[in-house]
Amino acid sequence: MEAIARALDSDLAYRFRRSPVAMVAALVVVLLIGSSVFAPFITSQNPFDPGSLNLMNGFSKPMEPNQFTGETFVLGTDDQGRDVFATILYGMRISLFVGFSAVIFAMVLGVTLGLISGYVGGRTDTLIMRIADIQLTFPAILVALLIFGVAKGITPPDRRDEVAIWVLIIAIGLSEWVQFARVVRGATLVEKGKEYVQAARLIGRSPVAIMVRHILPNTLSPVLVIATISLALAIIAEATLSFLGVGAPPTQPSLGTLIRIGQEFLFSGEWWILFFPAMTLLALALSVNLLGDWLRDALNPKLR
Amino acid sequence: MSDVLLEVKNLTRTFDVSLPWLNRVIERQDRQFLRAVDNVSFQIRRGETFALVGESGSGKSTIAKMVVGLLPASDGQILFDGQAMDVNSSAAMTQLRSRFQMIFQSPFASLNPRWRVRDVIAEPMKAFGTVDGKAAIDSRVDELLDLVGLGASDAGKFPHEFSGGQRQRIAIARALSSNPEFIVCDEPTSALDVSVQAQILNLMRDLQDELGLTYLFISHDLSVVRHMANRIGVLYLGALVETADGKELFKAPRHPYTRMLLEAVPDLEMTGKEHSVVKGEIPNPIDPPPGCTFHPRCEFVAERCRNDIPVPVPTPTGEAKCFAVEEGRI
Amino acid sequence: MDDVLLSVRDLVVQFPTRGGILTALDGISFDIKRGEVLGVVGESGAGKSMTGAAIIGLIEPPGRIGGGQIHLGGERIDNLSMDDMRAIRGKRIAMVFQDPLTSLNPLFTIAEQLVETIQTHLNVSAREARDRAIALLDDVGIPAASRRIDDYPHQFSGGMRQRVVIALALAAEPDLVIADEPTTALDVSVQAQIIDVLKRLCSERGASVMLITHDMGVIAETADRVAVLYAGRLAEIGPVRDVIKDALHPYTHGLMGSIPTLAQEDDRLVQIPGAMPRLTDIPDGCAFNPRCDRVFDRCRVERPDPMPHGTRQVACWLYDEQQIKAAE
Ligand SMILES: Nc1ncnc2c1ncn2[C@@H]1O[C@H](COP(=O)(O)OP(=O)(O)OP(=O)(O)O)[C@@H](O)[C@H]1O
Ligand SMILES: Nc1ncnc2c1ncn2[C@@H]1O[C@H](COP(=O)(O)OP(=O)(O)O)[C@@H](O)[C@H]1O
Ligand code: SF4
Ligand code: SF4
Ligand SMILES: [Mg+2]
Ligand SMILES: [Mg+2]
Repeated sequence: MEAIARALDSDLAYRFRRSPVAMVAALVVVLLIGSSVFAPFITSQNPFDPGSLNLMNGFSKPMEPNQFTGETFVLGTDDQGRDVFATILYGMRISLFVGFSAVIFAMVLGVTLGLISGYVGGRTDTLIMRIADIQLTFPAILVALLIFGVAKGITPPDRRDEVAIWVLIIAIGLSEWVQFARVVRGATLVEKGKEYVQAARLIGRSPVAIMVRHILPNTLSPVLVIATISLALAIIAEATLSFLGVGAPPTQPSLGTLIRIGQEFLFSGEWWILFFPAMTLLALALSVNLLGDWLRDALNPKLR
Repeated sequence: MSDVLLEVKNLTRTFDVSLPWLNRVIERQDRQFLRAVDNVSFQIRRGETFALVGESGSGKSTIAKMVVGLLPASDGQILFDGQAMDVNSSAAMTQLRSRFQMIFQSPFASLNPRWRVRDVIAEPMKAFGTVDGKAAIDSRVDELLDLVGLGASDAGKFPHEFSGGQRQRIAIARALSSNPEFIVCDEPTSALDVSVQAQILNLMRDLQDELGLTYLFISHDLSVVRHMANRIGVLYLGALVETADGKELFKAPRHPYTRMLLEAVPDLEMTGKEHSVVKGEIPNPIDPPPGCTFHPRCEFVAERCRNDIPVPVPTPTGEAKCFAVEEGRI
Repeated sequence: MDDVLLSVRDLVVQFPTRGGILTALDGISFDIKRGEVLGVVGESGAGKSMTGAAIIGLIEPPGRIGGGQIHLGGERIDNLSMDDMRAIRGKRIAMVFQDPLTSLNPLFTIAEQLVETIQTHLNVSAREARDRAIALLDDVGIPAASRRIDDYPHQFSGGMRQRVVIALALAAEPDLVIADEPTTALDVSVQAQIIDVLKRLCSERGASVMLITHDMGVIAETADRVAVLYAGRLAEIGPVRDVIKDALHPYTHGLMGSIPTLAQEDDRLVQIPGAMPRLTDIPDGCAFNPRCDRVFDRCRVERPDPMPHGTRQVACWLYDEQQIKAAE
């Protein structure tokens, strides 16, 4: 594996060095992910710990000392006195956690179904692909809202906040799996006809062994591309749902929740509560997406 | 132990090439079937090389796949060492599977690009459990690499690091790793340059002598077949039109199609021999001509050829399916 | 000499790559006379197609001609503008490729494609162009040409399509036809027919042919002279009969021995050890030296250029005059 990674890497690394867009996008992504992972070391305040908040700090303007406490917050504070910078770092954690988990869920589901669909063929294939078609006719948000509604109905009220995040993950994941399934099915159909697969069938390897050990590794590069682009989509989907109030609860706010909270203050002049989380979301989604686009071109030079 | 290792009896394979149901209804078409292999019978003796020659679409690969059990037959029987190959009985098949192997045409598609050469070669050993333990497997892989003219240091590399000829050597090493007696070779050198082809053909002959292998050798190239085979079967539109000993076939071809094929081979000796003009092309296999399928192109055609299907008639070293041969006109 | 149609001198084709400049063709020189068929053989990657592409100015960027000159009928053509080259392509030099499908447009009938080509290059009416097209199809051996001319390419078999491609190539009455592996995708019986058509029509019309192929048998049947390429260089060039019967260059010699033939009684094929080097690591001196059974010291340091030897040119130090004298 490492030699191939090296070969791939060196080729990719070369293309990477020649693409300024990819380099900037990667830098932004690394900075954002890094700062949210190391949030506790970057800010002293944990905005979700009510004990660490000082209501007196509320509505501090960015870069200006608070009129009561004299403390300065780079990006200002919200009504509760939470440091907006800290809420962004912690909010991004939720956004990224939901995004990554949803993509992994979608990937596992989509890749598995795509492999089976492509390799087994026949009725199984038809069935899986029809389900995928149906899935595609529902917009992602609608699917998420549906699942959300169902989940809300069956979980007791006191546990809703806890399950909210998981519902988000499943809802977003379900709306993304089709892409994975289609691409993997296509790649599987191509690989299945190749002689190395026949050589494995010849010695009696089981279909599962052939799918997992032989075909799967050869479908991974398009999967990687889709995963990256899906991550951007998932982060935005999460923000949208949270903005609509059906996503991450206020006790665990994500970037979307922060934007929803922030827009309440927009017209009263506290623009920063909305502006900075929104900009962060934009930067994160955009750079991940650019990275995905670049990766697609780099792994598939013929497409250009 | 019988002399015959592989016996193929009345092997037939039809493919359903109909349009999808809806299109058939709209375009008012019937179901269509393509008879890719039509009632083919032959025997391969232990230690010999039996070759199938034919132009593209004549059914060579389809026969190869049926013989190794990659494709079920529509009709007929395949007996390996007297035992019937039954794709549906997994116990019997596992038993038989370890005794035959296949070498494919494309050295680029026949090796998994994500696997190291070591793992590629070791897979059959692991699947059949013929060699146990990592150390034993590794040393067997080194031995096989050496046997096919590569080095032990190549075991850790990936297929893309090798040329076409070297990859075909790796494919041969994989085929040999489970110690098979019988190897089906489907155009093993068609994708290679002549100088590399010479290396691979020589290697395959050396291995046959050394290991006592039996080959079913498939090719469209008569010169290659001439070089490799003891016995030869000529395919036309899925049917075996002539079988004969190698030497005999080239010296005294019987079937008009065999004659035509031999005529068409470019003359490297530059003897200046005149080619009689080759007539026509292979007809559409979905809708083959009635009677003898070769009759529209045949210079010996007679009235009955257009309606009746010829049956095999014995020739000095084999048989030919032709009325002209039967009537002694050839 | 005015019967030389095409003259290629010291042709160099280069590709700038990550690892530096890759020289795909390195100093190739040859002539094609009017009405002559020159065969070009070599292993995959030896530079056969590249030679053809350089002549018609179709090297894919970033590749470029890095040196040398190409003259067609006395006029230099390697430095022409794209537009001037386009006027030559199709009109004075025509191409026949391996895959007939890529040379025919699936959306137009055979008639439309032939008439368009004829009218682009020759000053004739549509009626006349169609008549010419039918005559051409007849010539290349399409049965019932006047009926089948309105068919689409997919209604033709592979061999018939290649016949149409040849008709298309000959439509503008070119001086030179470059055929790159015209029969490689076809079956032997069809190959024999196509070679026959190509040879007959070109000689009838006095067109020269550059026949690119990896198949020595096809060359033996068709060509007057043959050029053998190895690793982007010319190894040997001369009359077909001489090269086939008595190859001078050790590579050609090995190549001839490695071809199985119908007449062969001997069991083992001659085998050249090793493989053609990648263009990125061609050895110093003679490119063939690591595989050569007659290699000597000079071969490892000094590169042999083609030197005249009888009717031929051979790039091998064994045929250097001083070498021959010293040996005697
Ligand atoms: N776009 C490219 N970039 C870099 N190298 C190239 C490019 N195109 C061709 N080459 C190299 O130039 C050399 C000559 O190629 P060419 O296509 O002429 O070979 P050929 O003799 O026609 O082989 P074949 O029998 O496979 O058609 C090859 O080594 C090839 O790898
Ligand atoms: N899976 C398939 N479905 C339909 N037709 C097939 C299939 N496989 C092969 N054929 C047809 O069967 C005939 C013989 O094919 P094949 O055995 O591959 O020929 P060869 O190897 O001699 O070139 C051809 O006409 C081909 O198109
Ligand atoms: S049976 Fe008749 S048509 Fe067929 S090959 Fe023999 S002579 Fe020709
Ligand atoms: S120059 Fe030397 S190495 Fe090259 S072909 Fe001649 S003898 Fe062999
Ligand atoms: Mg085949
Ligand atoms: Mg080429």
